[in-house]
Amino acid sequence: MAKGMRDIKRQIKTTQSTKQITKAMEMVAAAKLRRAQNAALASKPYADKLKEVVDSIASSGGSVKHPMLVKRPIKRTAYIVITSDRGLAGGLNSNLLRKLTNTIGEKHASKDEYAIFVIGRKGQAYLSRRNYPLAEVITGLSDSPTFHDIKPVASAAVEGFENGQYDEVYVVYNLFVNALSQIPTVKQLLPLDPSQLDGGSNGAKADYEYEPSAEEVLNVLLPKYAETLVYSAMLNNKASEFGSRMTAMGNATKNATKMIASYTLSYNRARQAAITQEIAEIVGGANAQS
Amino acid sequence: MSTLRLEVVTPEKKVFEQDVNMVVARGVEGELGIMPNHVPLVTPLKIAPVKAKVGNSETFIAVHGGFMEVRKDKVVILAEAAELGADIDLSRARLAKERAERRLAQKQSDINARRAELALHRALNRINAAGEKE
Repeated sequence: MAKGMRDIKRQIKTTQSTKQITKAMEMVAAAKLRRAQNAALASKPYADKLKEVVDSIASSGGSVKHPMLVKRPIKRTAYIVITSDRGLAGGLNSNLLRKLTNTIGEKHASKDEYAIFVIGRKGQAYLSRRNYPLAEVITGLSDSPTFHDIKPVASAAVEGFENGQYDEVYVVYNLFVNALSQIPTVKQLLPLDPSQLDGGSNGAKADYEYEPSAEEVLNVLLPKYAETLVYSAMLNNKASEFGSRMTAMGNATKNATKMIASYTLSYNRARQAAITQEIAEIVGGANAQS
Repeated sequence: MSTLRLEVVTPEKKVFEQDVNMVVARGVEGELGIMPNHVPLVTPLKIAPVKAKVGNSETFIAVHGGFMEVRKDKVVILAEAAELGADIDLSRARLAKERAERRLAQKQSDINARRAELALHRALNRINAAGEKE
């Protein structure tokens, strides 16, 4: 066998094993995507209900004022950045982090003006390498994160807002649209937008009594609401991660198949050339003898 | 006997959903017994078991904080964590209680003490919710 042929054969084999791996990863991601979507669905009743109650307080009271609803001059901003722990998910994390760094570049002149809370190893690696100030980091979350997992980051940011350390808080995450498209999003978490809260259209709102008072209830409710928003962003990002990985791995599998086909073609060509050459040599030898 | 629907919801799932005759919960202002046609009400809850009465039987649910929304025919409890009394691992809760008590006895910084106190509340809550069911 000619040397070129052996090389090609080896390449076919390696491509084949790569294809096997990407195919397995695609299927795993598809299964996990379904689970992540279910988790996102399961968290919906809680978030909806919370919003409903906050809505009804905000719209019924009218006069209810809460520091978390009030805009104040911005001196310092906090970003909660949600990335994945593992790569091989297409441009998911890099798109998100680019969006983040662009936003920061536009809005802030110096590093004292913002702090970053990071969830996920990819974001941590990227941002710490570029010397961004990281306030808190969570890595190694499971594939179905619980509310408890992200609580430290969420409540640290919310508390930071409450005691005036930060004047606004943003969540940066990938909004899950479907398996093919995820949109990197920078969303304002705090102060909560009162106009958005009042928008509850259903007129059949019950007139609640609040115990001890509307303000007290709001005091308890709003931080929880903000934390819930962070949690749902987290679930969104998880679903995006798996969706993006699924498509990326699907593409990798397709490319591997294509490569194998072209390698096989050139292998067969080389094989034919070798045979032709051998025949030519035999014929040449026989002619020389006769 | 008229009923109202009780739902206990956490960020992860619906823990409990059933028609009951009466709900007893501990709000920040004190114990509340809620029967059908109660005035609409919203109140934060303490870390304590919630009792749901159906006929003569009672179900306990360990609710760790959160708040309760009451309507005429429906009660919704939103909590960061909640467990049915029947699902609680009693031995684990007891261990957690001992651990929290030890930590409280050591008296460390304020934050740790507060955390241990909350952990103790949760453990007691679990033990109560699970224990009283037997």
